[in-house]
Amino acid sequence: MKGMTIRAALFKLRAFIALIFIFSFFAFTADAFLSSTNLIILTKHVAINAILAIGMTFVILTAGIDLSVGSIVGLCGMISGLLIDKGLVLEFFNMVIYFEVWVIVIISVAIGFIFGCINGVIITRFSVAPFIATLGMLYVARGFALLINDGATFPNLIGKEELNNTGFPVIGSGTFLSLPYTIWVMFVLAIVAVFLTTKTKFGRHMYAIGGNTKAANLSGVNVNGVTLLTYGLSGFCAGVVGVIVTSQLISSHPATGTTWELNAIAAVVLGGTSLMGGRGSVGGTIIGAFVIGVLSNGMILEGVSSFWQRVIMGTIIVLAVMIDQLQTKFIEKDN
Amino acid sequence: MKKILEAKNINKTYPGVTALDNVNFNIYEAKVNVLVGENGAGKSTLMKILSGVEKQTSGELFLNDKILKINSTKDAEQNSIGIIHQELNFFPNLSVHENIFIAHEILNAQKTINTKKQINLTKELMLRLKQDINPESLLESLRIGQQQIVEIAKALQKKTQILIMDEPSSALSKNEVLVLFDVIKELTNQGVTIIYISHKLEEIMQIGDVITVLRDSKFICEEKISKIDIPWITEQMVGKRSFESVNVAKSNIGNKILEAKSLYLKKSKSEEYLLDDISFDSKSGEILSFYGLMGSGRTELLEIIMGLNKDFDGSIYLENNKLKQTSISKRISNGIVLVPEDRQGQGLVQCLSVLSNTLLSKISKKISDFFLKSNQEKKAVNNAIDYLGIKVSNFDNLITSLSGGNQQKVVIAKALETNPKLLMLDEPTRGVDIGAKQEIFYIMKKLADKGLSIIFVSSEIKEVLAVADRVLVLAKGKITKELIGSELTEDSLVKYSQG
Repeated sequence: MKGMTIRAALFKLRAFIALIFIFSFFAFTADAFLSSTNLIILTKHVAINAILAIGMTFVILTAGIDLSVGSIVGLCGMISGLLIDKGLVLEFFNMVIYFEVWVIVIISVAIGFIFGCINGVIITRFSVAPFIATLGMLYVARGFALLINDGATFPNLIGKEELNNTGFPVIGSGTFLSLPYTIWVMFVLAIVAVFLTTKTKFGRHMYAIGGNTKAANLSGVNVNGVTLLTYGLSGFCAGVVGVIVTSQLISSHPATGTTWELNAIAAVVLGGTSLMGGRGSVGGTIIGAFVIGVLSNGMILEGVSSFWQRVIMGTIIVLAVMIDQLQTKFIEKDN
Repeated sequence: MKKILEAKNINKTYPGVTALDNVNFNIYEAKVNVLVGENGAGKSTLMKILSGVEKQTSGELFLNDKILKINSTKDAEQNSIGIIHQELNFFPNLSVHENIFIAHEILNAQKTINTKKQINLTKELMLRLKQDINPESLLESLRIGQQQIVEIAKALQKKTQILIMDEPSSALSKNEVLVLFDVIKELTNQGVTIIYISHKLEEIMQIGDVITVLRDSKFICEEKISKIDIPWITEQMVGKRSFESVNVAKSNIGNKILEAKSLYLKKSKSEEYLLDDISFDSKSGEILSFYGLMGSGRTELLEIIMGLNKDFDGSIYLENNKLKQTSISKRISNGIVLVPEDRQGQGLVQCLSVLSNTLLSKISKKISDFFLKSNQEKKAVNNAIDYLGIKVSNFDNLITSLSGGNQQKVVIAKALETNPKLLMLDEPTRGVDIGAKQEIFYIMKKLADKGLSIIFVSSEIKEVLAVADRVLVLAKGKITKELIGSELTEDSLVKYSQG
């Protein structure tokens, strides 16, 4: 933070300061808050939103938006469920193929990536506004999720010994160094995403596209390619979440993930990423996801009514953006 | 001739810049008062003061010999002063009468819009201007000349008595200019005073009554048009001062780098040509300049070469290889790069640092270059900063923290990082102070001496004369003249740019 005024530094770290403040508040006022069981449950919840929000950060950095991630979560979950429960049915060959669990995971996540790429193609090749393209996908992907099992769930996805497809629930319930895999997945994805945004050409090009598309284009940046890939990665993250949630519940529901895209956007915005594109960071997004997670966990422990929880959450999101606007003004002044 | 409006001893200073230095400007009633000067001479600032957009630092305005205070555009409007900007401000999705009465809608007793009355009043205005434009047509369906007439009607509707027209003819075809002149004559006959800003000297001779010349933020002279000719105007506008010449030594000029053959570019939705049979070549070690007025096709030509605009006919060769219609990144890796005219809009990414902007164009095919190498990057940027003399305390600072001249040098540095064979600069000195201008010229010479082919586009005569080894003059999309050596004079540039 060389050469930065204290005020600017405080503004830059505001989400983190807010997180420490909220965290300390609940640590002092709610008894169960600091227990390791509660903290692990909290982080497990945060991880789901944070993974979606990482993908969302890429998209928003290029000044786009992805409304379809919640539906893609539902779709990918249903695909995992289908492949375990019924296998891949090839009617033409009169054959049913059952895959091992790791193959199922790869297929489900790949489908998330492909659906994200379809968003990207519609947006870049056909010049459809990201809001509209992904709004359409929100309906389409949800529709497919419902079609897969005619609106019904796939329960009890433990697989069968004789089909060699057992072990799926481990993804959601297993632990490593006494932390659930879910949390490790979030950490790994976050580290990869931080690296991608700060240390690679692809990352810098995302910022350039969000900051000034025309200048990026004229500088030889592959605007369409980079933009397309950000939507692909957002879909990939949704696929990962779809698999994790299905495994945690040991069943897949076609309605899983409804409105989760909004939580992801909220985390990104709370983390200080500008919806205008070009400004923000993955680190901020993770902090944003934790602010939301700590707040809702703490409020539940405090016994705040769930109706009031929503009022408070909404207020905080809007406040965060108002502070963001102030920051922009101060930066102008400091210059 | 009766003075209606008078600006006396007007000064306007911005931090670090004097835009107007003790300027006097007399405006005569019911005449066409022409204001000329090169880019940056202070015309626009003076008009901004008259129309209430800016306030003078010192000096007074007099309307009919009474002191006039203009603090806002509303004040100007109330004193019957109106302005038609160079870029028209209208609503393409609304009809003619809706545009004319926007924010001044005529209401019924029930507070709804009285469309019928608006249409009738619009018809009266069109009758007054002797123009046949349907009040209910959408603005976007009109030709540019007609859209301008609508702007004039809008000003008249506000009872404007003094009408400022900022380069009204720059986007018009020949016929449309004639119509515009008829309208202007009609207006002066009706007692309306016109302030007319233009670079087109022949038009000024045709339409003007009195001319006032500004140069380098100062008032130079005022004269009746009937007493002067075009060379006189050029001399007053350009003056004697000039940039230090940086022409490269003739012996350095080498091989043909770029060759364009019969380029044609059609204006969208029209039969007119923006570029009409353009053929030329550029050589290594040479600074080739395109000189022309706004709308002469300069920018379009560079965009075609860069691959930004693909809807043209003709062919382009780089070192005798025909260039295919491909992406911009392909053009850059071929060795062509453009420093665009609009620095903020097309040159820089405002939210990125000096370093990131400088290295944005670097093209490479190696997979390992997917990862940024911060040590190499720092070294490259430090080299660029030294080479171009960019003044910056820390290259991690935001690009917007630099001055205009240094920002422009970063755009040039970005272009040079691609190792180009052909460097195209479109108005690289716009919004840059005099000192930085001269530095940019030296950089251009240094690069040309190293064997780069440079194409330099400018609308400022002195810059072209100081820098160019060879000039191609453009007018209305055609190359009207090639000038080399002793043929390169102010007079010849002005003469051939008029088309």
